[in-house]
Amino acid sequence: MADPRIIIVGAGPAGTRAAEACVQAGIRPIVLDEGRRDGGQIYRRQPDNFTRPYAKLYGTEAPRAQALHETFDGLKDRIDYRAETLVWNIADGHVRTATRTMESALPFDALLLCTGATDRLMPVKGWQFAGAYSLGGAQVALKSQAVSIGHKVVFMGSGPLLYLVASQYVQAGADVVAVLDTAPYSARIKALPDLLAVPSVLWNGVALTLALKRAGVMVRNSVKPLEILGNVEDGLSGIRFRVGAGAEQTIACDAVAMGHHLRPETQLADLARCAFAFDPVTRQWLPERDGDGRSSVAGVYLAGDGAKILGARSAEASGRLTALAALGDLGLPVDKGEMASLRGDVGTYAKFARGLATAFPWPAEQAGALPDEAILCRCEGVTAGDLRAVMRETGAKEANRAKAFSRVGMGRCQGRYCGLAAAELIAAQADIPVEQVGRLRGQAPVKPLNISIGDTDA
Amino acid sequence: MSRFVRLGETDRPSLTLHVDGAPIAALEGDTLMVALLSQGAALRQSEFGPERRAGFCLMGACQDCWVWTESGDRLRACSTLAAPGQRILTSQPEASWPTHA
Repeated sequence: MADPRIIIVGAGPAGTRAAEACVQAGIRPIVLDEGRRDGGQIYRRQPDNFTRPYAKLYGTEAPRAQALHETFDGLKDRIDYRAETLVWNIADGHVRTATRTMESALPFDALLLCTGATDRLMPVKGWQFAGAYSLGGAQVALKSQAVSIGHKVVFMGSGPLLYLVASQYVQAGADVVAVLDTAPYSARIKALPDLLAVPSVLWNGVALTLALKRAGVMVRNSVKPLEILGNVEDGLSGIRFRVGAGAEQTIACDAVAMGHHLRPETQLADLARCAFAFDPVTRQWLPERDGDGRSSVAGVYLAGDGAKILGARSAEASGRLTALAALGDLGLPVDKGEMASLRGDVGTYAKFARGLATAFPWPAEQAGALPDEAILCRCEGVTAGDLRAVMRETGAKEANRAKAFSRVGMGRCQGRYCGLAAAELIAAQADIPVEQVGRLRGQAPVKPLNISIGDTDA
Repeated sequence: MSRFVRLGETDRPSLTLHVDGAPIAALEGDTLMVALLSQGAALRQSEFGPERRAGFCLMGACQDCWVWTESGDRLRACSTLAAPGQRILTSQPEASWPTHA
């Protein structure tokens, strides 16, 4: 093959390292990214005219962030980089892209999906009020715009990001009222053997919690969120919760950052017809891949958090490994020794990620316990009771069937923020394992398009 | 009442845009979301419920932060930069369909 056409979707840690490997092999890949700048979400870059130094923006990960950005800057002349470009479908051997005004169809010999992740959300009654944000969103506000999401902020949910973003807010001078973690402290002890796979990251996490407590922030474990208080006009005003089996408490605040770690953005893998399997540890459906990132579809490769949540460090390793696998499959020479070493790195991060899943479990039982009046789908205001009524009336127990009858998962976020919780609610109501509920199928366009869009040749 | 609180990077040139016909000041490099929520509590009205909305994910995934240009183009406030002279509407302008008489 003279000049293989390699398309990389995403310019975060995995996409950047994949592009670097292609360039080193003498290939000029097309890099499609929705962002205005490279870096992805975790290493998101601030606008050009902002001046905060790396150490302030990325903390302990500053050297990695800087190295990644500098790598991408060095690649720009040697790749076909298309920023602010949405990949909205993969069909008939073509990647369909859209900018604000133009639509294109690009053929490929190898497609590397480095699509990254979004927050995994467990709805809480009242989460539709203005002032409720995803945890990742709260971090984007600070990192890319130097703002806090509110005057008095509560961090609620679980996962490593909960502590990271809360401490970044404290350091930046925001008023952080509380960190409310749904995970019991004992879960962390149980997870220690796996977490010791990457001691430096484990230590970073411990240091963050200590720093929060030193700063006087209320930190609670075993939290049961009951309600986000507020009103339709002014937005949210407080959080009602319980710690363990304790009495109900209320904290006043005007913003909450909520999330339970992350979920991979797998819609494009789905549209490319990759096979999926249920992962019982994270209770998520994930695209299948071999140890080098090959999906079940020839020519389609998966790397980074878009395939499975293993973190940014792992994404750099798997981005490079997967690109090397693709280059090798295209008949180009690759360093087998390096691939073996990258496989080892990814394996270590996978062990750590399993530890995180144990330490900060997804509180599946909260979905079944949602009161009927709680909104489940934020997009269209569909309540938990609406979904339960649909199940009673139609007998629907499968995710896509329940979606068709209830519209849960059919709104403009396309189930990104309600889909996993809706599956747990259905499983609880029907008393079946959540894997029997299935998964919401990805639908093109994976995000809303402008209707006035025009055509162009590739 | 503002929703967002600026914690730094305030030493940027300011610009003026119009929101629902009224001028507001923003800083160069602000997203529309930051421009609007630095001086207001919400972005828009939910179409499906009684509550006001102020965005959710800030990374272009949830579509909760839609605003419109006067010509009817839909923008995601979280991923569109504020620009001088912009004229933004926080509710969707009435669609005008071409007539084929």
